[in-house]
Amino acid sequence: MESLNSLLDGFGTALTPLNLLWAAVGVLLGTAIGVLPGIGPAMAVALLLPVTYGLDPTAAFIMFAGIYYGGMFGGSTTSILLNTPGETAAVVAAIEGHPMARSGRGAQALAAAAAGHFAGGMIGTIALVALAPTVAALAVDIGAPDYFAIMVLAFIAVTSVLGSSRVRGFASLLIGLTIGLVGLDAMTGQQRLTFGSLQLADGIDVVIVAVGLFAIGEALWVAAHLRRGGAKPIPVGRPWLGRAELRRTWKPWLRGPLIGFPFGAIPAGGAEIPTFLSYVTEKRLSKHQDEWGKGAVEGVAGPESAASASAAGTLVSLLTLGLPTTAVAAVMLAAFQQYGIQPGPLLFDHEPELVWGLIASLFVGMVLLLVLNLPLAPVWAKLLRIPRPYLYAGILFFAAVGAYAVGGEALDLVLLLIIGLVGLCMRRYGLPVLPAMIGVILGPAAEQQLRRALQLSDGSVTGLVNTPFSVTVYAVIALILAWPWLKRLLVRGRTADRSGTTAD
Amino acid sequence: MTDDEKNTSVELGESGGSSGSGASSGNGGNGGNGADVPGGPAPGKNAPGGRTPRELLRGRSELGVCLLLLVLGVLVLTDALTMADAFTQRGPVGPATVPVIVGGALLLVAVALAVDVLRGGRGEAEGGEDIDLTAPGDWRTVLLLAGVFLGNAVLIEPLGFPVSGALLFWGSAYALGSRNPARDPLIAAALSVVTFLVFNNLLGVPLPGGPLMGVL
Repeated sequence: MESLNSLLDGFGTALTPLNLLWAAVGVLLGTAIGVLPGIGPAMAVALLLPVTYGLDPTAAFIMFAGIYYGGMFGGSTTSILLNTPGETAAVVAAIEGHPMARSGRGAQALAAAAAGHFAGGMIGTIALVALAPTVAALAVDIGAPDYFAIMVLAFIAVTSVLGSSRVRGFASLLIGLTIGLVGLDAMTGQQRLTFGSLQLADGIDVVIVAVGLFAIGEALWVAAHLRRGGAKPIPVGRPWLGRAELRRTWKPWLRGPLIGFPFGAIPAGGAEIPTFLSYVTEKRLSKHQDEWGKGAVEGVAGPESAASASAAGTLVSLLTLGLPTTAVAAVMLAAFQQYGIQPGPLLFDHEPELVWGLIASLFVGMVLLLVLNLPLAPVWAKLLRIPRPYLYAGILFFAAVGAYAVGGEALDLVLLLIIGLVGLCMRRYGLPVLPAMIGVILGPAAEQQLRRALQLSDGSVTGLVNTPFSVTVYAVIALILAWPWLKRLLVRGRTADRSGTTAD
Repeated sequence: MTDDEKNTSVELGESGGSSGSGASSGNGGNGGNGADVPGGPAPGKNAPGGRTPRELLRGRSELGVCLLLLVLGVLVLTDALTMADAFTQRGPVGPATVPVIVGGALLLVAVALAVDVLRGGRGEAEGGEDIDLTAPGDWRTVLLLAGVFLGNAVLIEPLGFPVSGALLFWGSAYALGSRNPARDPLIAAALSVVTFLVFNNLLGVPLPGGPLMGVL
């Protein structure tokens, strides 16, 4: 009940004309960015971090949340019309969506995706309203050892669950942690890795790292392998759904969030796994088995709904625990740090206006998305034809603006280029970028909590595991680390089982 | 796929020395690879056998990543271990503890990655909407872009953002293959001036105006 009252207050914040404008800007920008090839929502938020110097936090986060949801929707448009998904969340949408577009049912595919995003986002956000205050209340008593455990969990999960190679994930994480070390030690003021440079004594601003890794690194990597004369997008009219399709899609829309929301809340790679699981589920439950692979509308509706719901789930962990589970959440956490706000259990007490305004704006943004995107779909499709030199030149241009705005120092631009080149090498050699980003953002905080916890226990390592919460988290970490071996054992057990039954 | 991978990696190794000869070095690398691996798509799967170290390293530019991680680890460790004792230290964990852990882990990961690469492991190059991984890497464009970007860093203060930003956009578009003599500079100038006005005047994020804005 209390959260309902807070939510109503939140709507009071979100529905002021100015905040409404920021929500609309965010949603439109997010969709445009999601549609534009080569820019994901993480890069978009990173490029927009400098506006945090000019906007108040509520307005900025309302815009960022709009970009997040809008980006998800825009990404699926690219998947459906061009068959080349840029975001991992939109990979599944291409499997059924693109065949639909090729057979002249692109409008229906886009409509199924748009309504799926609306349904998934709405259900996900309602779950967020119901769950987040409870989680925050449970977490409000957790202390330094628990925070440290959560951050270690984030490190391990992001390196082990994502990507194909653990070694490369850890390499990326350590690069991030090293960047996070640069500067004055927060507790003693000693210089670390500054090499006597005054500029480095302040540390490397997280905006520079985010823009360098996500924007410069990506633009340079694309430049090295730019596709000449790429695929032509399929032209499309105004999206709509017939009655027969509605009958097939309403259940997938409702099932998607059940899969998407929980996966978004845990550090398991955001929307990648739940969209795939939703696809598999819908395929199994479908009565139109012959259409799969040739354009089954359920295969668009379910996964898209799951994708949006997972974005809402991501916000639960971000707002209540300060734990970023996706790249966008990581960059949003960096934005919180820019304002000196620490997301976590106390956020709901300290910044109720910001949090509830943000949550209410999600509902507003979802309605805006649905209202704007259905009529605007043909316009979005035109964005796919932007000349690539302009697109990537623009990314470099705005990256430079952002980095310079941090401190007004030309040296920051050089630093930005260096980090961008690191990002380029990481993409070339298959080091995932997200662990580095998480390392930069959470590394310093994790060190603080570690030192605080050990200070309380007088240096005894038992001080790190003296609460039930931290013990549970370490158990989960052990499980994640042991998973490859466990899986092998399970598979072996199952094949033994099967051979046993066939022998009978 | 593996052959293409090798092409790009060979080129990357050489691009530092000879900039601007992307195509020719790519061809050279191709010939070398063709002779080296006759029809075997999986080169040297844990079989160093009678190979010379040079052959072992071919197509394994990823070992450079290991080297970088190693150097980074040594750097972090030296910095941590040469740190003066903290007289203001509170608690048992000083400012050097975490760097020592991170540095040590960097060394470990460098070795683990080297082992993985020598066993035939490969980092999967990242794909994307506009990325064509089957084409050899175009490192000349990357160098050009980096140069243009550095130029902006040098020029932003003396010339002001509207001019240096426009040059950055125009130069980058040129490097990426856009050759429209009228449209490119026009878009660059418009984008740069509008961005300057939005950030400087609307959002209150100061950018250097330079002599041009002084005149206007």
